[in-house]
Amino acid sequence: MNAVAETDARRGTRKRRAPRNGLLGGRFGKYEGFLYIAPLILGIAAFQLFPIFVSIYMSFTQWDGIAPPEFVGVGNYTEMFTGDPLFIETLRNTIIFTLLAIPLTTVLGFLLALLCNRKLRGISLLRAAYFAPYITNVVAIGYIWYWIYNPERGLINGLLSGIGIDGPAWLSSSTWALPAVVIVSVWQGAGYPMVIFLAGLQAIPKDLYEAAEIDGASWWNQVRRITMPLLTPSLFFVLVTQFITSFQVFGVIYIMTQGGPGHSTSVYIYYLYQTAFSFGKLGYASAMAWVLFVILAIVTYVQWRMQKRWVFYG
Amino acid sequence: MAERRRRFSVVLDIVTYVLMIGLALVFILPLVWMVASSLKEEGQVLTVPPTLWPTVPQWTNYLQVFEIIPVFFWNSVKLAAINVVGLLIVASLAGFAFGRLRFPGRDLLFLLVLATAMIPGIAYLIPQYLVFRQIGWIDTQLPLWVPRVFTPVFATFLMRQFFKSLPQELDDAARVDGAGTFTIFWRIMLPQTTPALAAIAIFTFLDSWNDLFGPLIYINSEELQTLPVALAQFQNEYFTQITLLMAGATVAVLPVILVYIVAQKYFIQGITMTGLKG
Repeated sequence: MNAVAETDARRGTRKRRAPRNGLLGGRFGKYEGFLYIAPLILGIAAFQLFPIFVSIYMSFTQWDGIAPPEFVGVGNYTEMFTGDPLFIETLRNTIIFTLLAIPLTTVLGFLLALLCNRKLRGISLLRAAYFAPYITNVVAIGYIWYWIYNPERGLINGLLSGIGIDGPAWLSSSTWALPAVVIVSVWQGAGYPMVIFLAGLQAIPKDLYEAAEIDGASWWNQVRRITMPLLTPSLFFVLVTQFITSFQVFGVIYIMTQGGPGHSTSVYIYYLYQTAFSFGKLGYASAMAWVLFVILAIVTYVQWRMQKRWVFYG
Repeated sequence: MAERRRRFSVVLDIVTYVLMIGLALVFILPLVWMVASSLKEEGQVLTVPPTLWPTVPQWTNYLQVFEIIPVFFWNSVKLAAINVVGLLIVASLAGFAFGRLRFPGRDLLFLLVLATAMIPGIAYLIPQYLVFRQIGWIDTQLPLWVPRVFTPVFATFLMRQFFKSLPQELDDAARVDGAGTFTIFWRIMLPQTTPALAAIAIFTFLDSWNDLFGPLIYINSEELQTLPVALAQFQNEYFTQITLLMAGATVAVLPVILVYIVAQKYFIQGITMTGLKG
């Protein structure tokens, strides 16, 4: 931000007067900028700021969206943590999902980036293969994996039985359904960190390695002293964004399990979606949205503060 | 020693290749399975042991699916087009003003725009829904493009950075020649920002094309529904067989793959731009 402010200031001294011959011309010329930003600013006011204030108010009411809202103070918030076992369960599922998905996606993405960073023939084709699931429609992904997970005739259990293992019932088993959904998310999501890490790897100056080579540093020492520290900004970014997206997983759950069996794969956004649009509890769902916002904000803030300890900005 | 090193690196290359191709299969196999299943006869999809390729490709599956989906497909195409064009217009206008024009309150307004990006969409989804219901937008396609087109916060940020990086001499010269601000924007500045425009266009297309949540909430009428939701909701009605479902899914994925192949460079650029310079 400082750098941006500086260039602004510098430009300011170079070009003091506002453009004269704009659409508005004459002495209104300096307001012409408003015309260009008007669509955006009005859009933000109408579709973000206004709804946000309404949403804060709604979260303190009981409201089905039809009868007048009934003010209940912090009732929704206390009910979530003391009177709604389903909320606790979905929160727990979400945390488990996140704690499984983030490390797996990150490690896999990192491994793929390392492999893709080598100059090999056909590398862009391989890269495209790893990246393809990331841009694939989640509905298609849900159905593909739904059938791959089919206990009797699906691809996975078919392969497992080939090596003499009796595969589990996957999506209809309350033990295996959540891990099964995690596997799909990792498979779909790994392409994203791969691209981020790859960009990070390619930004490392080659002469650092050449210098280390001359000094006789071993391969492992080069990885430890050059690659890893210089990749920490990428890793930091991956972790922050992964947390925000994993915590809001919806699509694969909606298509593959609808939160079941039981509530074993019911996650935060899925439950919020049901609360608002199936059960019609709009006040309660708004309160859930704000709790989610607070959770995401706190964790992101903590990650931000911790970055000083381990992120290396050369 | 150099000899040994070279031999070592050849072995390493081979090991890497094998590993990479193996992994590529894991990533691509489910998608291949989708395409293969879409070409099979119904009874051939799930067999023990599983077969991958159809013995006789059933192209008629696609004919059947295309009888069902034209309306959903076109709804998706139409929405993606409106979203991309609309968002590019709003974001490039605002990015130009924030990056190159001077007007009172500019920096404060820009900060406000950035601040809204911190608030997750879920926090205003429900009141947005109520507002749209109030003004009669439920079961129309307006909620699927109007909010997206008019709140392109990140795209505006990207465009601003891009516009700022262009040399001042460009507009000075144009002004001497008597060009107005809009002419400078449209004729001189905008063509310079193609990489940013391309990246934004691609990600807007992806967001719009793959959106599940929006149409799920706002659209009730079948004939207004988009392709992903049609697949998700009407599977028992239309896509009675797995083969048809997979053909439908393939059709939903194909445009994205095509866009990727055509614009791979901008894709990767876009991700890294959104990633590391944000």
